[in-house]
Amino acid sequence: MVLNLGFGSFQLENAAPQVFATVKDRPVTAAELDDAIEDPIDAREVFDLIRDINDPEHPLTLEQLKVVAEELVTVDPATRVIKVMFTPTIPHCSMATLIGLCIRVKLMRSLPREFKIDLMITPGKHDQERAINKQLQDKERVAAALENPNLLSVVNKCIAEPEY
Amino acid sequence: MRVEQVASLEGHSDPVWCCAWSSDGNTLATCGTDKSIRLWTEQDHEWVCGTILSDGHSRTIRRVSWSPCGNMLASCSFDGTVCVWTKKDGEFECSVTLEGHENEVKSAEFSPSGRYLATCSRDKTVWIWEQGGTDDFECVSVQSCHTQDVKCVRWHPNEDILASASYDNSINFYKDEGDDWACDFTATGHDSTVWSIAFDREGDKLVSGSDDQTLRMWKRYHAGNQAGISPSWKCISTIQGYHTRPVYDVSWCHLTGLIASGCGDNKLRIFAPDPEQQVDCHTADAPNFIQAASLDAHRQDVNCVKWNPTRAGILASAGDDEVVKLWKVFDYEIPI
Repeated sequence: MVLNLGFGSFQLENAAPQVFATVKDRPVTAAELDDAIEDPIDAREVFDLIRDINDPEHPLTLEQLKVVAEELVTVDPATRVIKVMFTPTIPHCSMATLIGLCIRVKLMRSLPREFKIDLMITPGKHDQERAINKQLQDKERVAAALENPNLLSVVNKCIAEPEY
Repeated sequence: MRVEQVASLEGHSDPVWCCAWSSDGNTLATCGTDKSIRLWTEQDHEWVCGTILSDGHSRTIRRVSWSPCGNMLASCSFDGTVCVWTKKDGEFECSVTLEGHENEVKSAEFSPSGRYLATCSRDKTVWIWEQGGTDDFECVSVQSCHTQDVKCVRWHPNEDILASASYDNSINFYKDEGDDWACDFTATGHDSTVWSIAFDREGDKLVSGSDDQTLRMWKRYHAGNQAGISPSWKCISTIQGYHTRPVYDVSWCHLTGLIASGCGDNKLRIFAPDPEQQVDCHTADAPNFIQAASLDAHRQDVNCVKWNPTRAGILASAGDDEVVKLWKVFDYEIPI
């Protein structure tokens, strides 16, 4: 199947991906429940927002496929820049742009708008790393892609909350 | 240099992508993700929105541009079309829709002579339209010199020369060669997307702003120049170390010579010729521009900056924070 949605074309290809164990939920501390204590956004919180994004071609989460990981997230509270790296399952994965777009949309919708999101492929983990990073970082092309109803519907499906 | 905010124009309900002054400097047009164009004028010392044009486009309006006479406004959209709005009985109406680009149209600009309208798109092409009569635009040339998404087109202030900036990191220059337009020079040097370009008053220099977090200044070498350089645009200086995110827009004031930039780090910056450099900045081979002001202008990315064409030192900026701001710059030195 080839999806051509104006933001690159995507082809399903990794038939049997390796599945990894997931981390436990973060325990809620008394300090976190206390509204008087400021609780800045940290890497774990950002990771929690994106770990359950569904892979476009498998009924698995990005965390289960090790596409995202807490150690690949950094938050600079001073500049309000959040840096997220993600690792495609295979180095020629044509889904990498779509996955990146899903991560960006989920973070754009969840975080206060003042945060800047730098999203990129983990260095050395994709053949088209530079081209994909450039496209995902181009806010004008991202904005245009999200006005494409077909692409938006695919993204919304991937970032929908899991059903329990 | 001192910079004061003189107005905050609120009304757009989504990011504002562009603001554009009419040539008399009295009206500011703004547009953005909310698919509307707002026209702002000053009444009793207050800037108010008297007109909202909201039925022209079905997706984000990326840029607006005025015709030199002020009776027409061109808007371009992610919906792939360009609307030309014409003033009739004091009201703007979308009098013609220009179709042809395959994807989002990123920029549309009237030439200073009013004869041409240039448009560019994610489809990698630049189109030049000639105005026949009222509501009559004919595409006279399609240029495909860029290899990627074309972000911005700007006309030379005095001649029918067009420049375009692209995701392919380059800037192209086009001129009319009689039977067709031709791309006669490609300027390379930026390391990433060139988001915006602006000519100086004479049109002998151009400044560009890029995703690589620099501004570059380019000088035009005419045929038969004394330095013996073939006709071209050469990079004569790089302004770096100031911007910490992509530079989304640049504006070169034709009254004061000041350069303004809008950046993804929420800052508006103003660059002025270095007073220590004892040269005429209009003729110098490599004028040295230094940062004269840096302001936390918006709460999010600054998408657009525009100097007022008739009121020296008045600057408009537009941001992702849905706000348009007007600034006044005091205490600057007018270059020689």
